[in-house]
Amino acid sequence: MCLAIPGQVVELFPDQPHTAVIDVVGVRRKVDLGLLADNLPLKGEWVLIHVGFAMSKISEEDALDQMRTLRALGEAEAAMQEVQGYGLEESEIPEHSEFPKFPEAS
Amino acid sequence: MKFVDEFREPEVITKTSAEIRRLADPNRHYRIMEVCGGHTHAIYRFGLKDLLPSNIELIHGPGCPVCVLPMGRIDDGLAIAQNPDVIFTAFGDMMRVPGTLGSPLEHKARGMDVRIVYSPADALKLAEKNPDKHVMFFAIGFETTAPSTALTLMRAKAQGVHNFSVFCNHVTIIPAIRAILDSPDMRIDAFIGPGHVSTVIGCRPYEWIAKSENKPVAVSGFEPLDILQSIVMVLRQLKADKATIENQYKRVVPWEGNRAALRAMAEVFELRPYFEWRGLGFISQSALRLREGYGEWDAERRFDIPGVRVTDPKAAQCGEVLKGVLKPHQCKLFGNECTPEHPIGALMVSSEGSCAAYFNYEHRKTAMVTSIASAA
Amino acid sequence: MAHGAGGKASRRLVEGLFAPLLFASSAEPLGDAAHLDFGGTKIAITTDSFVVKPLTFPGGSIGELAVNGTVNDLAVSGAKAEAMVVTYVLEAGLPTPVLEAEVRAMGNAVRKAGVKIAGGDTKVVEHGKADSMYISTTGIGRPIRGLKIDARSVRAGDKILLSGPIGDHGITILLARGDLDLEADLQSDTRSVLPLVEALAHEAGPGVRWMRDPTRGGVATSLNELARDCGLGIVLIEEMIPVRDAVRGACELLGLDPLHIANEGQFLAVVAPEYADAALNALSLAPGGQDAQMIGEVRNEPSGAVLVTTRYGGSRIVDMLVGDPLPRIC
Repeated sequence: MCLAIPGQVVELFPDQPHTAVIDVVGVRRKVDLGLLADNLPLKGEWVLIHVGFAMSKISEEDALDQMRTLRALGEAEAAMQEVQGYGLEESEIPEHSEFPKFPEAS
Repeated sequence: MKFVDEFREPEVITKTSAEIRRLADPNRHYRIMEVCGGHTHAIYRFGLKDLLPSNIELIHGPGCPVCVLPMGRIDDGLAIAQNPDVIFTAFGDMMRVPGTLGSPLEHKARGMDVRIVYSPADALKLAEKNPDKHVMFFAIGFETTAPSTALTLMRAKAQGVHNFSVFCNHVTIIPAIRAILDSPDMRIDAFIGPGHVSTVIGCRPYEWIAKSENKPVAVSGFEPLDILQSIVMVLRQLKADKATIENQYKRVVPWEGNRAALRAMAEVFELRPYFEWRGLGFISQSALRLREGYGEWDAERRFDIPGVRVTDPKAAQCGEVLKGVLKPHQCKLFGNECTPEHPIGALMVSSEGSCAAYFNYEHRKTAMVTSIASAA
Repeated sequence: MAHGAGGKASRRLVEGLFAPLLFASSAEPLGDAAHLDFGGTKIAITTDSFVVKPLTFPGGSIGELAVNGTVNDLAVSGAKAEAMVVTYVLEAGLPTPVLEAEVRAMGNAVRKAGVKIAGGDTKVVEHGKADSMYISTTGIGRPIRGLKIDARSVRAGDKILLSGPIGDHGITILLARGDLDLEADLQSDTRSVLPLVEALAHEAGPGVRWMRDPTRGGVATSLNELARDCGLGIVLIEEMIPVRDAVRGACELLGLDPLHIANEGQFLAVVAPEYADAALNALSLAPGGQDAQMIGEVRNEPSGAVLVTTRYGGSRIVDMLVGDPLPRIC
């Protein structure tokens, strides 16, 4: 149930608003945009494809944010060790945690 | 590949694994269930178990739609396709699943018109191209896939394509998770939630797991860094004695889910009062069928199906493996009577079934580690 | 019968049924071609059949597959193809232009490969009985001096070389069938690998232990066969295995593993470690060998199996296929 791949919208059809051609490193297929009818993607945007249907848009911002967070792992630890080395109080490095986010009112 | 390669970066994977090691309490044994078969497959494919400390145990849950399909349903679908005017279509995943009289591929070898499709939309197109035949689509999948079937049916109705029907075996994930948690022999500390199902249903449906069962959930993507980050998240929660739902797969999963997809499902489907799940028994309100308004496209209404219940051989322990109570190699039939070449149960056939994954990827690694250890 | 896909089922059929009844008892493992000695005259001989749908596809057609496939089987057994005989089994009603195109393609391929067609046969069968056309070939050749191919000579520490990117042929065919509605700028890699094998023999001959062309069943199947034949383990490094973007994209979309996909213009070579660098160098300098890579090595463990490791430390066993690679959605 879970094989879904990111693809980029490379072609749209003005007379068929629920159809697009997506590209996955050079492989192309027509997909159905019906499930994104409330927020149709534009050319160049990235979507998640499952069984020939676009399921969701992919947020580049969230992807970058995730990578930033992960790359920073270990740096908090290193910073903590440095602080400890000075004999200061163990500082409370905020844990990264996702609290429920509510979507903006449409 | 964009949005894929970044999440496979070796240096960041190493960092994240180190964080997992740092967080895991050496005096504690963690049992984390990953619900979705796609996660089972990813864990094996990327060899993620090699990166975890030995006190973190990943348990494979029942989120494999092929694995939980009772054999009788496969027989029913194939019975419909015995009619020479019917073209049997299904995803590749279904093709080698054994029915009582053989798998769809075996039926194809015996002359049945069986075709693999990548999308339900392709099955509908096949119907349009073959007006003198009837195309039946054997639909499987959780909420990830059901909206696509729904939309396809809406298009079939709108376009007046009448030589098309769906044999619906869509199931829903929450009742399966409930069944796991209600099981007396289960002890799960936290869940790695099904990321792609959640693109449709959102994260709210899991809130009861945190609130009533007091277990953390991280709704996870499928790349190595996604799964590892999800483990970091639940470990942090367990350490802090917290239990909340976290959306690790933010870049794709909307907290409120996909309204258009949910609308399509509500338009076309309704919940069956109960449905049999292989290994888990009958679960109420856990599966979908076509509404009255789509009766014409419902293969179960259009055709007579045997509807016979086929129980698994007594010795097969698919149920316990599905629930995570047993590891695949602990089933008596594993590796002997039941192998990917001659599977007894669907867990050995499905590419994301835990038995197939274990057999193909892990089985001989354990033997290798054992033999190196004993040689040392 | 799932036996055509080249994986476990095929092997079982050959080893379990054909070998005991037909082959003279021999301890030698089954190879791509047989090297025979007739009182001092050494000949290599191979036979193969070609069944493909569609008959033509980007990069080639059944005629070329037949020629190159035969030349390659001889090449990886350590022999230079000299001549072939061909049998065409034709489905009644096959349009003449289609047949002519294939025969032409075959003619071009033999000229390119430097092989003679010494004779052949044709049979016509009922409509519906031959998927348009089946081609069967038998090729003979002369052993290449300096090469001795034997799985039993493989040792722990030997390096594994791959001549170029994998998966091109199988994915091209899958896409060409049209059922999946995918398009990509891809073509079959069908070609003769003899020039590459000769370059390898020239620079590293004494160090070459074993070769195989990973056709049906892909690299995974060929290396699993080796692992079983020599009783050792094969360890590959995922990041070193060359795969074109489009093949990768199609495999990700369809849930396939490039290691299981058929190739028609590549080969694997196991080379003694002291010759490995020279071998890789020879391949990469030879025309068509620019993408050659060292993809792994032979070890004692996991005995009889193939392990793929990643740079971040994860690993997985890769087994032979059971039947055809099928797209999946889960």
